Amino acid sequence: MKAGSRLEQLLTRGEFVATAELGPPKSADIQLIKRKAEILRGFADAVNITDNQTAIVRVSSVAAGKIALDEGLEPIIQMTCRDRNRLAMQADILGAYVLGLRNLLCLSGDHQSFGNHPQSKNVYDLDSIQLVQMFKNMRDEKVFQCGEEIRNTKKSEIMEPRMFLGVAANPFGDPFEFRVVRLAKKIKAGADFVQTQCIFDLPKFKRWMQMVVDQGLHEKVYILAGIMPIKSPKVLQYMKNNVAGMSIPDELIRRMEGAKDAKAEGVRICVELIQQAREIPGVRGVHIMAVEWEEIVPTIVKDAGLWPRPQVG
Amino acid sequence: MIVADQKDITEIIAMTEGYRNILVIGCDTCVTVCLAGGAKEVAILASGLRLAAKASGRQVEVHETSIERQCEKEFVDALHSAVKGQDLLISTGCGIGVQTIAEQFPQIPVVPALNTKMLGLPERQGVWVERCQACGQCILDKTGGICPISRCSKSLLNGPCGGSQNGKCEINKDIDCGWHLIYERLKALGRLACLEEIMPAKNWSTSRDGGPRKVIREDMCL
Ligand code: SF4
Ligand code: SF4
Repeated sequence: MKAGSRLEQLLTRGEFVATAELGPPKSADIQLIKRKAEILRGFADAVNITDNQTAIVRVSSVAAGKIALDEGLEPIIQMTCRDRNRLAMQADILGAYVLGLRNLLCLSGDHQSFGNHPQSKNVYDLDSIQLVQMFKNMRDEKVFQCGEEIRNTKKSEIMEPRMFLGVAANPFGDPFEFRVVRLAKKIKAGADFVQTQCIFDLPKFKRWMQMVVDQGLHEKVYILAGIMPIKSPKVLQYMKNNVAGMSIPDELIRRMEGAKDAKAEGVRICVELIQQAREIPGVRGVHIMAVEWEEIVPTIVKDAGLWPRPQVG
Repeated sequence: MIVADQKDITEIIAMTEGYRNILVIGCDTCVTVCLAGGAKEVAILASGLRLAAKASGRQVEVHETSIERQCEKEFVDALHSAVKGQDLLISTGCGIGVQTIAEQFPQIPVVPALNTKMLGLPERQGVWVERCQACGQCILDKTGGICPISRCSKSLLNGPCGGSQNGKCEINKDIDCGWHLIYERLKALGRLACLEEIMPAKNWSTSRDGGPRKVIREDMCL
């Protein structure tokens, strides 16, 4: 075991895992975090706590993660390269670890021009691959990025943060052929698990997974397929036009448009995608991204036959 | 070269508030090439300032001059006689030009007429684009001669982020994804294998992050 988190235990045991997402509030509203945690408890093996998602200021992922942990969830702390330099990142991982958090997802982060502070200065001291590498070295080599050992004085004991390390992968970004190379790089840098961008274009995802399997990458990393429930055809159309790096088939938009109850249809699509993704060799779980629609996660998990979730010892 | 463009004229007019003798100083180098601050632009700006002064009933004398390079003391020294008697200097040079003048004539205020934008090149008539951020440790050998520091919106070093689509950057469909360009170039050169290597964390101390930089050539020092 690298970190001994519940997520790591279930994946090593060969369980098909289900992770979800908890977006911290855009205010100091602690109750919102608790309410979302309440909804998700028992329905996800681990929960991503987003980090200033879409470059909009929110409660920090480490703080919200600690609250979620106290509420009985297992958090995956997200960390973007946009907002912090290597000092802040290492300080935050030490902080997250001493608070009892054991999973970390390393991301480049959306550019700040999308968010509510487009005039801000970004950081990008490291990129996501260098970030994974730094955390892996902290855990396995027990050194900071600068090479110094992780201890207070020369004589004191080494006390390294031990985290299960995740990365994101977008099978739909361009250049397509490079996407697998990039995943291989992330694995080489030290990724333990991968959550993909949300999948709407199943054939393209299958092509990507085939390339992943051909290179044996699925044996080096646990791959969780990203799934997003959609409430209306409008949302889908909006994402197709405005969200970079998405592939959304028109057929799916038409299906949503034709539905009497769009929300219910969205859930059905989601459940079907989970079942189809499950059949793809190399897929070890699903990551359900119900952005600001956490209430739907229990229904999806149940309908997809993923409930109850397995226990750990 | 250094690329700049002129500030909005109203902003420049506001800077002249309360001054009577004004000298507008152009630069014949980079800012002439990018049509922002050469002799021609100085003439246009000076007449704009005169008109504005007249319209508001102020007594103002606006003089014009231009020198070879505002970024070098030797050239700026040549301004001595022109500067005499002025109570405001307006530089249409880049930020370096403005500061060189300020250092040479500390007793007279100098204000910028331009916004200094970047190190770039003229892509086509009327369009200039950024190519370098002077990071102090060039890596173009590893990236097919295309700079990811300046051409990737996130200055990533290990390939395109998830937002890269159809060759465009996630922040704007009009901006090329720098990493897509790098990928295509290396593919054409048969050097895609370069991209499989992890580029280590960059040493930014040679960049702005190391504090104000200085280059010393001992062998050339007198
Ligand atoms: S790598 Fe640095 S020095 Fe080289 S072009 Fe890019 S910014 Fe300029
Ligand atoms: S889309 Fe390309 S240029 Fe834009 S931030 Fe991502 S990698 Fe950089």
